[in-house]
Amino acid sequence: MSDSQASAAETFSADQVRHLATLSRVGMTPQEVEGFRAELASILSHIQALAAVDTEGVPPTANGADLLNVQAEDDARPSLPVEAVLANAPQREADYFRVQAVLDSS
Amino acid sequence: MTTTTVARTETSWETVIGLEVHTQLRTASKMFCRCPADYAAAAPNTYVCPLCLGMPGTLPVINRTAVEWTIRTALALNMRIPELSKFDRKNYPYPDLMKGYQISQYDMPLSEGGWMDVEIDDLGRQRIGITRVHLEEDTARLLHRENEAGERFSLVDVNRSGVPLMEIVSEPDMRSPQQARQYLVQLRQILRYLGVSTADMEKGSFRCDANISLRRPGDEALGAKVEIKNMNSFRSVQRALEFEQLRQAAALEAGETIAQETRGWDEEAQVTVSQRSKEAAHDYRYFPEPDLPPLQTAAETVEAIRAALPELPAARRARFEADYGLQPFEAGLLTEEPAPAAWFERAVASLGDDVPAGLPRGIATWFVGELTRLMHDAKPPDTLETIVVQPAQLAGLVQLIDAGTISNTQAKDVFAEMYASGEDAEAVVERLGVSQISGEDALAPIIRQVLEEHAQAAEDYRGGKAEALKFLVGQTMRLSRGQANPAQASELLRAALDDTAE
Ligand SMILES: [Zn+2]
Repeated sequence: MSDSQASAAETFSADQVRHLATLSRVGMTPQEVEGFRAELASILSHIQALAAVDTEGVPPTANGADLLNVQAEDDARPSLPVEAVLANAPQREADYFRVQAVLDSS
Repeated sequence: MTTTTVARTETSWETVIGLEVHTQLRTASKMFCRCPADYAAAAPNTYVCPLCLGMPGTLPVINRTAVEWTIRTALALNMRIPELSKFDRKNYPYPDLMKGYQISQYDMPLSEGGWMDVEIDDLGRQRIGITRVHLEEDTARLLHRENEAGERFSLVDVNRSGVPLMEIVSEPDMRSPQQARQYLVQLRQILRYLGVSTADMEKGSFRCDANISLRRPGDEALGAKVEIKNMNSFRSVQRALEFEQLRQAAALEAGETIAQETRGWDEEAQVTVSQRSKEAAHDYRYFPEPDLPPLQTAAETVEAIRAALPELPAARRARFEADYGLQPFEAGLLTEEPAPAAWFERAVASLGDDVPAGLPRGIATWFVGELTRLMHDAKPPDTLETIVVQPAQLAGLVQLIDAGTISNTQAKDVFAEMYASGEDAEAVVERLGVSQISGEDALAPIIRQVLEEHAQAAEDYRGGKAEALKFLVGQTMRLSRGQANPAQASELLRAALDDTAE
């Protein structure tokens, strides 16, 4: 483990891992939390390499490809047959996807 | 005397309300795929493609019309259109999101910083700031079920997922539930004038969440704000806000602190209920949508869209009052929706260029009166699209009244016939043989006959019995088979009686 990886791991807390797990609706054991702490830190430090690039005078962008205004005309076309739509449904009821009860908190 | 007044003012609270509206655009296709967007009558899961399902390998493409209509709406709300805009992913796991995120706009919306003037009769005009109007996609529809075994589950219909959804966020500029309701009424009106949304709250194409807090008058800082959801009509928005206003005031008076939370409106119980959320603070981890290049809107494009804006409700209302001499309530009723205003103006236009003053007002009176009543009383109720009577025909009827050919009372019967058959006013008048006998020449022989046949009543009147005149007018009406103008008959009778008295 390099120095930068070690320092990133220190700044990536167990609480942050647990928070991400909660947001992603993933259960985690304490051992897994520690494991992901190290793994995520290693990923972060990898990305940190980008910080070495000199971006002085380069305007910020959110877009990797040099494209603008890619749009389609508003013409409706036929959708999939309902059998194809539901082909991968883990659970199905009539022509609906069936899922676990969700408490209405939206 | 002022002491108690001041004391009461000091303990009162100022209400601060902001509204967040989501309204579906009535485009032909969805926001990022070309599945049909008009899902209302579609069988479940029939307007769905791999993109709607969030399948790997699919790529979204922005609906050009949805962008244009959002800019059109933004301009009608006096917003600024930044040159650059982009879409972002709003991440949250919920079964109404097939992808696990919603494509929305975070820090570079299509428009920012506008306003709308909200008008309430007794409060006057208030300018309400609008923070932003942006574009996103609607989510799938969830149906909550319970089977005979008591097992609870949810059903997902993906048809609604991906329908273009415009979010309109106001500043916390409203000060009363009534004003909040009026803001919604006017906003819906503008959306319908622009033709971009059906904006039907009961059908779910127009939804509203409200933020409300209280503070001491004069305070700059806002109190803890409560978000209210689940309101399905303008009336329920007002009721929910009124309830919340009282609840918060009572809590504050009792020295309690208001919890910053989300509450749901319970229509049945007419109360707001705390919705305990598992996630205390939302953490949507917004990031730029990598599959969608940014949008650049040229100033010329903005100006072209602005130039094509239709006349908006407030301007039309003012014009109807000024040009046609309508009362504010008549102008308000006629301009509530685009269709009645257009119908009315077609009627006025049929009168030609030199419209006699008073005729447009007459048409308006008949429109908001008899026509509206007949449409409402029909079973099922009629609309302007279903009725057979045409604008020019109503104008023709009003012309006959104005010329004194028929009385107002006769016109009601004539119009009922026109409404049923679609005939012109003249044709009905001829067919029914109704026409007002006015003018001295036409009435004189009838008056003479009445006075001859009822000499006793004439004598009574001359002897000072005023009510005898009413009887004579009635006889004149009878003899003319209802075609006399009662006011004129009364006048001519009195003149004849006074003459012979001398
Ligand atoms: Zn689709």
